[in-house]
Amino acid sequence: MKHLDEFRDASLAKPLVAKLEKAVTKPLRVMEICGSHTMAIFRNGIRSILPEGLQLISGPGCPVCVTSAPHMDAFIAMADMPGIRVAIFGDLFRVPGTKGSLSNASSRGAKVDVVYSPMDALQIAKNNPSEHVVFLGVGFETTTPGIAATILAAKNDNVKNFSVFSTQKTMGPPMKALLSDPDLKIDGLLCPGHVSSIIGAKFWEPLAADYKLACVVAGFETADLLNALILLARQVATEDFKVENTYTRAVSYEGNARAMKMVDEIFEPADMNWRGLGVIPNSGLKIREKYADFDAEVKFDITLPEVDEAKGCMCGQILKGLNIPPECPLFAKRCTPANPIGPCMVSSEGTCAAYHKYGL
Amino acid sequence: MCIALPMRVTKVEGNPDDFTSNQIATVDADGIEQQVRLDVVDIWPNVGDYLIIHAGFAIHTLEEKEAKLNLQLLRELAEGMPDELIS
Repeated sequence: MKHLDEFRDASLAKPLVAKLEKAVTKPLRVMEICGSHTMAIFRNGIRSILPEGLQLISGPGCPVCVTSAPHMDAFIAMADMPGIRVAIFGDLFRVPGTKGSLSNASSRGAKVDVVYSPMDALQIAKNNPSEHVVFLGVGFETTTPGIAATILAAKNDNVKNFSVFSTQKTMGPPMKALLSDPDLKIDGLLCPGHVSSIIGAKFWEPLAADYKLACVVAGFETADLLNALILLARQVATEDFKVENTYTRAVSYEGNARAMKMVDEIFEPADMNWRGLGVIPNSGLKIREKYADFDAEVKFDITLPEVDEAKGCMCGQILKGLNIPPECPLFAKRCTPANPIGPCMVSSEGTCAAYHKYGL
Repeated sequence: MCIALPMRVTKVEGNPDDFTSNQIATVDADGIEQQVRLDVVDIWPNVGDYLIIHAGFAIHTLEEKEAKLNLQLLRELAEGMPDELIS
């Protein structure tokens, strides 16, 4: 669409770069929470024009990266079960558990379908009535409404051979856990665009108030990102901490009520294990008992294995913003995009993959 | 994972108040037509609106005027705002 090109226009970006330079009057550390923001910042070359004093660190917002090793092992065990075929978003295919990946499982005969939408997984179930299709749900608030709608559609269509293994996560609890960490000193949050389109800009207000944080909701184009960084720097300079929404074309103050209602119908809060962050109370979503017929964990009585993360891998520290990828002893040596050890190198939106791709 | 592309609506099917009515929009992105689900869209769209789509589901209806206003504000920031206000 035409106006998207305009948000990428150099004539708009150039003066914004100059404004950003002037706006940074105090040193500030900004966490970009969302993996898509991390990639957009690298892709648009924004790191190369950052004024001295402005440091960007990546947060825990790449859903594949924060999928725990026990969950990956359980996913792989599920794919290996006879009569099961699993459906996944493509990013998950090569993520290592402790004993290989879904890609390895697929090579030895497990049925693994990469789908664009959870609705495609439901269609696979309808087309293959002799098999049970399990959609391995990985994602945040943007992805969950579609999964909820798919479960409701499965119930409505009386599909018996479809279920979801939910590792759906919510942003609030891990952010509070991170912000309470005295080792992590950040001044501002670049708040995620499409997560916020579901939960609304107002979601970030308690964080801005409680942690004295600059918060700006941003889109994904060059001008969006530069604008958001200018506003973050201004908030820090004036110590006027609040939530500003620069992505009004996609994000409202209240959020998407229809989507949140759909999620609440199907899911309820549950403790969730995050790669690098451990178990965080009420940071995940499990399927309500009313829809237990569509809950793979209940249906197949899944118990998560106790496993150790890969030795030497610093994904956990990187996801917390405490280290950057080049500080990891495995980075670009044993761990590369072709042979990833940790999930931050596997996912196209992982911080390590971004640093590796853009040579930083 | 969270980049959701805006696409133009060319056809709307289903009833916004009835989940079982097959709520589907046909959208066009650079000449490629596809169908997306409207189950969780925030505002029921009209033909000509743009939808932000994530994993096959529309999550937001974007009116052209909303996008233009957003752009106008950015232009004002880039061109019009005196530097002394940004300090």
